[in-house]
Amino acid sequence: MTPEIGAGALIVALGLAIYGCAAAAVGGRTGRVALVESAQHAALGVFTLVTACLLLLAWSFLSFDFSVRYVANNTNLGTPFYYRLTAVWGALEGSIVLWAWMISVYTLIVVLRHRRNARELYPWVLSVMLGVLAFFLLVMTLPAPVFQRLAPVPADGRGLNPLLEDSGMITHPIALYLGFTGFTVPFAFAIAALVTGRVGDAWITTTRGWTITAWYFLSLGLLIGGWWSYHVLGWGGYWAWDPVENAAFMPWLTGTAFLHSVMIQERRRMLRLWNLALVIMTFALTLFGTFLTRSGVIASVHAFTQGSIGVFFLSFLAAVLLLALGLLAWRWDALGAQGELDSVVSRESAFLLNNVLLVAAAFTVFFGTVFPLLSEAVRGVKVSVGAPFFNQVNVPLFLGLIFLMGVGPLIAWRRASLDNLKRNFLWPVALGIAAAAVFRLVGIRSSLAVLALALAVFVTATIAVDLVRATRARLRTGERLPGALGGLLLRHNRRYGGFAVHLGILVVAVGVTGSQAWSVQTERTLRRGESTELGGYHVRFDGLAASEESNHFKVTGTFTVTKGNATAAVLQPAKKFYPQEQSPIAYVDYRLGLTEDVYLVLGDFARDGSQATVRLQVNRLVSWIWIGGAILTLGTALALVPERRKAPVPVLVPV
Amino acid sequence: MKPKFLVGGLVIAAALAYMIYAGVTQYAVYFVTPSELGSAPVAGKAYRLGGMVERGSLRWEPRTLSLTFALSDGKASVPVRHKGAPPDLFGEGRGAVVEGSWSADGYFRATHIMAKHSEEYTAPHDTSQAGVKELMRTLSGGNR
Repeated sequence: MTPEIGAGALIVALGLAIYGCAAAAVGGRTGRVALVESAQHAALGVFTLVTACLLLLAWSFLSFDFSVRYVANNTNLGTPFYYRLTAVWGALEGSIVLWAWMISVYTLIVVLRHRRNARELYPWVLSVMLGVLAFFLLVMTLPAPVFQRLAPVPADGRGLNPLLEDSGMITHPIALYLGFTGFTVPFAFAIAALVTGRVGDAWITTTRGWTITAWYFLSLGLLIGGWWSYHVLGWGGYWAWDPVENAAFMPWLTGTAFLHSVMIQERRRMLRLWNLALVIMTFALTLFGTFLTRSGVIASVHAFTQGSIGVFFLSFLAAVLLLALGLLAWRWDALGAQGELDSVVSRESAFLLNNVLLVAAAFTVFFGTVFPLLSEAVRGVKVSVGAPFFNQVNVPLFLGLIFLMGVGPLIAWRRASLDNLKRNFLWPVALGIAAAAVFRLVGIRSSLAVLALALAVFVTATIAVDLVRATRARLRTGERLPGALGGLLLRHNRRYGGFAVHLGILVVAVGVTGSQAWSVQTERTLRRGESTELGGYHVRFDGLAASEESNHFKVTGTFTVTKGNATAAVLQPAKKFYPQEQSPIAYVDYRLGLTEDVYLVLGDFARDGSQATVRLQVNRLVSWIWIGGAILTLGTALALVPERRKAPVPVLVPV
Repeated sequence: MKPKFLVGGLVIAAALAYMIYAGVTQYAVYFVTPSELGSAPVAGKAYRLGGMVERGSLRWEPRTLSLTFALSDGKASVPVRHKGAPPDLFGEGRGAVVEGSWSADGYFRATHIMAKHSEEYTAPHDTSQAGVKELMRTLSGGNR
C-alpha cells in the first residue's frame, strides 16, 4: 500500500501547489488577505505531503520493498542501511523528490520569515515559489513517477551504482541541491518586484541572506563533488569540465556575479536591470543544469538516464524565460539607472568588470558545453571541445577575477584618487612583484603558475593591509588587540566575512594552480617485490589478496611507499567486483599531505597475484582545495552573522 | 553610459569572441565512427572514435603497457594502439570511445580510453560470478 499512498500524496500536493500559486497571485492582485493566508496553508500542506513522500520512500528502501521499481533498481539486500538512505536520491526520480522537498522547506521558511517584513512582495513571492514547486511535483507525477510499481516483484534488487557507495554521496547532492533550490527564493523576489513594480532595493536587501546561503551551498556542493571525483573515480583529478560539472558551475558563476553586483545597487542605486537579469539567469541556469543532467542530450560520465523528462524541463525553462523577459520589458521604464558611473578607476568599475568577467566565464562554459549540439545542428558534424578549451579560455578570465578580488574591496567609490591608490595598493603591488621574482628564482618555470601565485600574494596583501589599518585605528582608541580584532570582525562582519571567503577562494586557486603545474604521474607493471620511483617516492608491490564484502568481492593490492629511508605509507588500492556490474570498479588509495598527495590506482593484475599494473600519481597542493573550502565556510558563517549594529558592544573589564 | 565604458565593453567582448574562436579551432575534437574514419583519415587531427571492441582483437602486454585492439561499427574496423592499462568496464564485445589521432603508419593512436558506462544495470550474471570465485581461489592460494 505504501507506494500508492505516496503516489496519491504527490497528486494531492500537486493540486495544493497549483491552488496556492493561483490563490497567492489573486490575493496579491486584489489585496484579499484571506486568499494569501489560504495559500500559506496550501504551502504548509505541500510541505507536509512532500515530507511524507520522502519518508515513505526512505521506508521503502529501508524495508527492501522491491515492488517499487525505483527501490528495486537502486538497492539490493546487500546494500548497507546508510547507502539505502542515500539511494533515496541516488538516481533520477528520487533526486527530484529531494529537490521538491527542499523547495517546500524553503517556501515554508519564506512564509515564516517574510510574511510580515515584505508585505507588498510577499504574496507574489509565495505564488512563484508554489508555482516552481508545482512544476517539480508535476515532473514527479508524470515523467518520473518515483512510486511506480514493478511486477513481478523481484527477489532481490539490482543494487546501487557502486560509485555512489561513498560518504561524499550523502553530502554532495544535498549541498548542491540546497544551492540550486536556494536561488529560487531570490528569483521569486525578483519576479515579485517586477510584478508589483517595486523594482527598488527592497527585494535585494531582503534576499541578501538567501543569496549568500544559496551561493555557499552551491560552492560547497561543487567542492564536495570535486572531492568525490578525486577519491572515488580514480582518474586522479577533481574537475574534468564534464557537462554535469559545468551545469553546476554556470549558476555558480552568475550567482557570484549577482552577489557582487547587488552591493553596487545597495550603495549607488545602479544596475537595477542588470541585477534582475542576473538572478533570472542564475535561476534559469539551475533549470538548464537539471535539464542537461537529466535529459541525456549530452553524453556525460555521470549523467542520469534519459526519458521524456527533458521535454518537461525545456518547456518549463522556456516558460520561465518568456515570463521573465516579458516582465522586464513591461517594467522597462522603471529600470533606468539612478546613479552614473563616474570614473573607470573606481569601485563601481571594478565590480562591473568583475561581473562582466564572471558572465563571460559562464558564457564560455555554456558555449563549450552545448557546442556539440550547436555544431551538429548547424554543420551536421559532431564536434566537441574538451578540457583544454575550457582551460585556455577561462584561465585569463579567472586570473583577471583574482586581480579584481584584490582591487575591488579597497579601491574608493566613485573616483579613486592617486593618493587612495597609493595608500591601498603600494605595498600589495610591491609584494606581488617581489613574490613573482622569488617564484622565478626558486625555479618555477611555468609563467602561468608564477602569475597566478603572485596575484594570490597581491590579494592576500590587500586583505592584510585593510585588516592591519582597521585594527590599528581601533587600537588607537585604547582597545587591546584581541578585543580590537574581534570587535572589528563582528561589527563589520559582512566585510570581513567577504574577505575570508576571498581568502578561501585564493587558497582553492593556489591548489588548482599547483596541481595543474606540478603534479606528475606514471603507469607501471610491477612484479611482486619490484619497485618504481616517482617524485622521490619509491613504491613497492607486496602482493594481492582477495576478500568477500557484504555486497561485493574485493581484490586488494598492498604497496609500500618509502621516501628516503623512511616508510611513508602502506597503500592498498583495490578492485571491487559487484555482481550487478559487468566489470570491476577501482578503489583508489592515497596518502594526503599538505604539499603533495601520493595517489595509487590498481589497474590490471595477473590472476595468480604475481604482477600488477598501477597508476601512480604525486599530486601537488590538491589538499589546498579542500582547505580553501573550509575557510570559505568560516567566511560565509561570519558574513551571515545577524547585523548587531545597535547592540551594545561588550566591554571586557579585567576583574 | 559614457563612451569609455562602451568601448571597454566592446574590447572585452571582442577579446572573448576571439579566445572562444581560437579555442574551438584549436581544440575541436571530431566524433567519428570507424567507417567514417576509415574512409577519410586525416593524420594529426583530433578525433573521438566510438565503436565496439572487436572479439579476438584485444592484446594487452602488461610489461610494456602496450594495449592494442580494433574498434568496429559492423562495417569497418580501425586498429587502435594505446599505452596504458585497459580501464574498468573495458573489454571485447563492449562499447568504447577512444580519443586520439590518426597515425600516418596506419593505426589510431589513442591518448585516452573511455569505456561506455550507464546508470542502467544489467541483472547479475552467473558467468562473471564464477570468474570472480575462481579468482578468489587462485589469489588466496597464491598468498598461502
